[in-house]
Amino acid sequence: MALSNVLETPASGFNFENVSRNVALDGLLEGGHTKAPKPMKTGTTIAGVVCKDGVVLGADTRATSGEVVADKMCAKIHYISPNMYCCGAGTAADTEKTTDLLSSNLTIFSMTSGRNPRVVMAVNILQDMLFRYKGQIGASLILGGVDCTGNHLYTVGPYGSIDNVPYLAMGSGDLAALGILEDRFKPNMELEEAKELVRDAIHSGIMSDLGSGNNIDICVITKQGVDYIRPYQESEYKDKRQRRYKYRPGTTSILTEKIVPLELEVVQETVQRMHTA
Amino acid sequence: MFNTPDHHLGGVTFNGGVIIGSDSRASIGGYYVSSKTINKLIQVHDRIFCCIAGSLADAQAVTKAAKFQISFHSIQMESPPLVKAAASVLRELCYNNKEELQAGFITAGWDRKKGPQVYTVALGGMLLSQPFTIGGSGSTYIYGYADAKYKPDMSKEECLQFATNALALAMGRDNVSGGVAHLVVITEEGVEHVVIPGDKLPKFHDE
Repeated sequence: MALSNVLETPASGFNFENVSRNVALDGLLEGGHTKAPKPMKTGTTIAGVVCKDGVVLGADTRATSGEVVADKMCAKIHYISPNMYCCGAGTAADTEKTTDLLSSNLTIFSMTSGRNPRVVMAVNILQDMLFRYKGQIGASLILGGVDCTGNHLYTVGPYGSIDNVPYLAMGSGDLAALGILEDRFKPNMELEEAKELVRDAIHSGIMSDLGSGNNIDICVITKQGVDYIRPYQESEYKDKRQRRYKYRPGTTSILTEKIVPLELEVVQETVQRMHTA
Repeated sequence: MFNTPDHHLGGVTFNGGVIIGSDSRASIGGYYVSSKTINKLIQVHDRIFCCIAGSLADAQAVTKAAKFQISFHSIQMESPPLVKAAASVLRELCYNNKEELQAGFITAGWDRKKGPQVYTVALGGMLLSQPFTIGGSGSTYIYGYADAKYKPDMSKEECLQFATNALALAMGRDNVSGGVAHLVVITEEGVEHVVIPGDKLPKFHDE
């Protein structure tokens, strides 16, 4: 796939030079009061269900960094193409970039070939990429979409394994969500029933898993189009701010003021015509 | 922790064809069933199937590459590939990448030159041709049964019964094997896929 690195061709594979730097930094920070920040993971519940008219995807909206909630309204359902969306669990940066890369490449493909991309093609691209990186890219993805061959739901693991299934849950809250899905899933469900099922599955993940929480996003993909409902349901446990936290102008008093004008002189002027043919 | 379908599978030749079978369970760490319905019987050409074992990601990647190579070879030769050729392709991939890969295969198929054949491609890249073979973690429980009950030149029905019984016995004793039993019957005429749900499998003193 074409990479857009203009300055220089990157060396192949991952660069692990910073590992020793991080170890050294950790040593420095341990002695002090601060700790190195943990990478942002989406300890997550994501789920997907294939129904009669399309595919319903759902996700919670909590992103954690260690034990702290880094983002309360994180978007875990990523756009791939007009007929495909992908839920991502695992390391937030990895899922973002992988799905972004996939989306760009599929757009280029559909422009050059004149064909709408199929779900199975997206899955194959993801599988090839994740396998090549041997699991170093921590992305567990649920890819769902509707194309000319039907409604599809695929799981892609971080090592590059794929499976085509009618219902699915992934992330740290997957066992809780899977319980709901195993109990109530039926093939060829109506759209509203499927939305409720996915909502209940994510809700179960939010309640039973510490890494999942806050709101529920739902994305419904059908032949007619996509309905991205964000949020489908807001958390009942939202706190109201106790006070105003904005600092009014004048809070910090100015003691002294010194103005130093920068003397700039024009050394060289070049005019270049642009040919925009 | 990765997905492993290292469960139970086998290939048996009979008079006029070959049957390849497997269970359908994929697990992580041997304690969580990540899929109850995984497909382990991958078609690499019209009359050649291969059954995967080991790491799911590795096996899927290898069979993808092998499928392409076998297809290309067949187009170049302008004739369907030999089962041995398909097994060799898998063996080359496994042997040359043995440090990074953890996947084994059973290749079974029919070709015009030698008829029905079964080949084992082991983890490190060993290739062996046998009239029948079993593999995977569940195979250890049925070596006795397979050795005692296999007869050369069985009929298709006898062979189906043999394969079903073998799968049922292995799935009954091995905790990482289970789900449904998939059987593919490959003959000169074509390919037939038989699926037997877990509760319809033959029972052996199961209370």
